[in-house]
Parts: sequence; structure tokens; C-alpha cells
Amino acid sequence: MKVIQIKQSELDAGLEKLESACRLIGPVKEKNYHLFKTLESGQKPDLEYINTRLSAKSVLYPQSEVMFEFSLDKNDEQYAVLREPEKDRTPRAVIGIRPCDADAYKVCRRNFDTEEYQDPYWLKNYEATTLVGLACSNPCPTCFCTSAGSGPFSDKNLDILLVDNNDGYLARIVTDKGEKLAASAGWNTDAGSDAEAAIEKSRDQAESKIRSAVATDNLEKQSLIDLYEAESAIWEPEGFACINCGTCTYACPTCWCFDVQDETYGKSGVRMRNWDSCMYPLFSVHASGHNPRDTKIARIRQRFMHKLKYYVDKYEKGIQCTGCGRCVRLCPVSIDIRRVCNKMNSYNPETCSCEITSG
Amino acid sequence: MQNPYLPYPVRIDDVTVETEDKSLKTFKFVFLNPGDEEKFSYRAGQFAELSIAGLGEIPIGIASSPTEKGFVKFTVFKTGKVTSHLHAMKEGDIMGVRGPMGNSYPWDLLEGKNVVIIGGGFAFTTLRSSIVYMLQPENRSKFKDIHVIYGARSPGMLLYKDELMAWAERDDINMHITVDGTDDPEWKYHKGFVPAIAEQEAPPGDADTYAIVCGPPIMIKFTQPVLDKLGYGHDQIIMSLENRMKCGIGICGHCNIGKELVCKDGPVFTLEQLNMTPKEY
Repeated sequence: MKVIQIKQSELDAGLEKLESACRLIGPVKEKNYHLFKTLESGQKPDLEYINTRLSAKSVLYPQSEVMFEFSLDKNDEQYAVLREPEKDRTPRAVIGIRPCDADAYKVCRRNFDTEEYQDPYWLKNYEATTLVGLACSNPCPTCFCTSAGSGPFSDKNLDILLVDNNDGYLARIVTDKGEKLAASAGWNTDAGSDAEAAIEKSRDQAESKIRSAVATDNLEKQSLIDLYEAESAIWEPEGFACINCGTCTYACPTCWCFDVQDETYGKSGVRMRNWDSCMYPLFSVHASGHNPRDTKIARIRQRFMHKLKYYVDKYEKGIQCTGCGRCVRLCPVSIDIRRVCNKMNSYNPETCSCEITSG
Repeated sequence: MQNPYLPYPVRIDDVTVETEDKSLKTFKFVFLNPGDEEKFSYRAGQFAELSIAGLGEIPIGIASSPTEKGFVKFTVFKTGKVTSHLHAMKEGDIMGVRGPMGNSYPWDLLEGKNVVIIGGGFAFTTLRSSIVYMLQPENRSKFKDIHVIYGARSPGMLLYKDELMAWAERDDINMHITVDGTDDPEWKYHKGFVPAIAEQEAPPGDADTYAIVCGPPIMIKFTQPVLDKLGYGHDQIIMSLENRMKCGIGICGHCNIGKELVCKDGPVFTLEQLNMTPKEY
């Protein structure tokens, strides 16, 4: 793969050029935290950031999104008939997405893009987007991407990978989409024959800074029902402190569940979808009042079983987690997916016990 | 790219009150756009999302049979926001139907077999679809004996009563209609709970006999030991589940039981399959 050298000044100039061809999205600091936003003309992405508080999930999949519009005016010819609103599908580029968040799109795609059904909202956004990733040179103590199918330099789902390098970046062009973007931005200085080795070296340094890991090698072999029934060893102690706040699901780049609601305003209305959380009792309650997951223990079990067992068995592509560590950092009661994963991986149904790691 | 969330617009063609307490009504829909009926090609046991603009969608089993053309029918119990509004809607009103969804009863497997249908209360809708489908002259010869054990609290709570009575007169289907109780001296069918009638009337289980069981949890709970006693294997007991759903196409994540999604991998499962999944339904 080709590697080019982009100086800071060239990056800025290139982004300015790209403005006319596509919408630029990048990390910006608002109040105390970073988040992904569409950059205004001349606004630069803040590439000094560690990671955003909420993931880049919303770039493709907004927290609230209108799916359909309709008229409730009985005189209207199209009364009560749903129609898809015009959506902005102009090309866009995300500048500075972290590899864990980009890899999370790949995980989510398995849900939104299936053989039988394609979710047009998610998929059209995905297809319109070029991902310019920013390698992590200084991972957090809560990061465990290297054992979760990603990594600080993972470019498996990137079009371009940027790596910090002196006064600028080394840019590995990963896909044709990335190549086109680099060409439109005027980034074309060959970084020389040592560049790939320099990237590898930075990667090794970054990976060595990641101190926590999840063990996943045994998850597939575990019996689904045994893990589900591991109440005393896993679900009761883990769920005990959970307040079902749903923070983990909102912060998570791979939590994809949504609710659908209609809203009306006078004689018009919309059908919209909103992120939903399996932590909430309403998520699974029937109209009769019966709730198949009527305890917080049942709900926390659902979240971890989905990520670490149901997904593993269904897709055979690893876990539904890329190790970004947001849920670990943000959980108000210190529930740690690394500990839960290691428990599930090491669970012994005969003794109803598992290894408890501090991570 | 087709938008799988977009309902087909339909007009309510007819509304029938099914039960004496008026809690169940059957809605007959016709498609507004030519060609949509063909796209909505379904098998007995599938369901659809009924959509009312401004209120939302509800997943409901299809009560009409694929052999009935020109319309689709759904029998709806009045229970929540959308169903309450639907019960107030009239012939001529416009709404939406999205589907068909789910896997249906395993018709390929059931061909050449004895089929025993065991239903209770208002969970009889897709069973009606199945019976009409099997009784269709060109289909009837594909199946061996058909037994139907169907019960409700009282005669007035039985769905599709006219059809039930008509089927009871036929010799190509064994109807065992029952009610929990009645003070009607003219009542000529069974009295008693569905599991008890199943024990009396259902044929013994063998390799050629499959049971389809749909009903309230209490009926299912007490029917299972009866079927066990009669010798039905768990792979010969077929059930249809319900769970809270939103998208109906396996994307929104609401209706899972373990790794299976009730909307897409189900709603029809064998008891053998359900034995391997968490009981989150």
C-alpha cells in the first residue's frame, strides 16, 4: 500500500480543497468533551484529541432520525400515506476517526446490511462516507482494542490511516476511495521507502502501551444456555450495582438497537427512529404488560450475552465490541466489560465458577 | 434500494366484530396500489406490521390464507395505543401494511403428514390461515388427517365461529371445538380446557404426525405434558412466539430470544429449538 507524507500545513490546505467536494466531519471540542460534528467552512478538526465521549456511531446512525413523513390532512391526496423524506447523501469524509470506531461500523454493518433486508438509512450514509482514520499513539488505560478485533493502528475499515509523524502525518492509502480523496485534497508527496517501517514501529509502540485485554478464545465453545444460566457466578454479582441507566449502550459504537415512534404536529407527522437501550424495561415489555426481561439482572445479561455470545455464535466473526473502553470509563457503578468477558470466557458450568480478573 | 420500513398503503374494506365482548375485530384490507398484493405474497404462519400514521406499528399474524385473493385479513385484540385506535377505525379508512414477515409454519415438512392444530383464545388467527390453506381443494390431498382442537372461555369468545361450525360438518377435517364453560343448553361441542380435550381427541404421536400449538402461556404449559404423554417428539411440536417488535425484519434488536430473532428467525419454532434458547418470551 502507498504511504504519503502530509505536513500539517498540507493537511489544512487539503481539507480546505475538500470542502467544495464533500462534507467534512471531524472531532471538535465542545465544553469539556470532544464529539463528531460537521465542520463549518474553515473549521479544523481537533486531531489532538484522545477519543470522543460518544462514539462516531451517530455519523452514520443519528440518535434520532426521521424515516418517513406523512400528512394527516384528510383533504390531502396522500393522506396517511408514508413517504421517505429527501436526505442529504452528498459525499462526506470523517477526518480523524479512531480505528476502534471505524471497525465498529464493520460490526454494525452485519446487522444493517443482510442478505434479506438492507437498512437504507444506515447503508446510504455508509456508502457516502470516506473514513480517514487517526492512529492512536497514546491509548487509554481502558483501551483493549488489540484483543477485541481492532487495534490502535487497525485500518481494516479505513480508507486512509493517518499516523502522527513529526510536523504532520504519514498517510497509508488503504482503498480506492481513500486514493480518490487524497488526490482531490492534493496529498501526493511520496513518503519514501522507510515510511511503512516507520508506521510499523509506531504501531508496535502503541500496541505495547495497551495493558488490558479480554480473553475471547473460549466464548464460542461455551454453551449458550450454560452462560445464560450462570446467575450466581456472573449475572447476579455483575448486575447487583447496575442502575440500568443505559449509558453503556448510548456510548457504545456497536450498540445498534432502535425504537420507532410516530410524532405528529398538527396535520402532519413523522415516523422516526431513536437509539434504544436493552437496559430499559420498556425495551421488551409486551402490550399485555408481560415483560420477558423483567429484572435488571435479565437486562444486563442481555447486553453482555448479545455482545459476547449471541453475536459470536451468529456471525462467527468475533465479539460485538471493538475495545474502545467508553462503557468502562462512563459506567457510574464500574461495571467493566473486560471483567464480564473474562468471566464468560472462563466460566465452568460444572463448578459454576469463573476466573475473576481485575481488568 | 428498497426501503423495507415502508408500508404498503391499504384501505379498510370491512370490519367484523369477532367476539361477544367486542375485544377482537377482524380487519379486511385491500391494497391501494396495483402490484402491492403480489409483492405481499405470504405463507400461513407469517405476520405483518399494521401501520397507522401518527400512532405507529403493531406486529399481527396474518389471518387470511394465501389461497384467498384480493385482500388480507387480520384479527386484532384491543390492548394498546395502536390497537385501540384501530378498533375505532372504519371501512374506507387508509392505513398501511408492511410485510409479510417471519418464517411461516413449515409447509414443506408438513406435506404428507397428519397435522394436529391446538389453539386457544385469540391465538387462532394464523391457525385459521393454515386451516383454510390446507382445506383448499388443490391442497387438501397433500396432507393426511387434520385435527383441530380449539377452545375459548365461552362460545361467544370463539373466533371465526361460522367457519368453525362449517368445518365441523366436513368429513375431511376433525374439529374438536371446546369452551371452558357455557350455560347454553344447545351447545353441542366439547366443554373443558384445551389440554384435557387434546388428551381425549388428539391422535397419538408418531413419525408422521405434527402438532401446531398456539395459545396463552397457561394453555401451552398444560398442553406440553399431554403431547409428551401422547408420544410427540419435541421436533414435532411447532409453536409460534410473540415478542415486542419494532422493525419486524431483524434489525432493531427488540425481539431476540438468545441469538434468534423472533421476527426473522421465527416466529415459528419447534419445541426442540426453543429448548435450546433462553425463555425470554
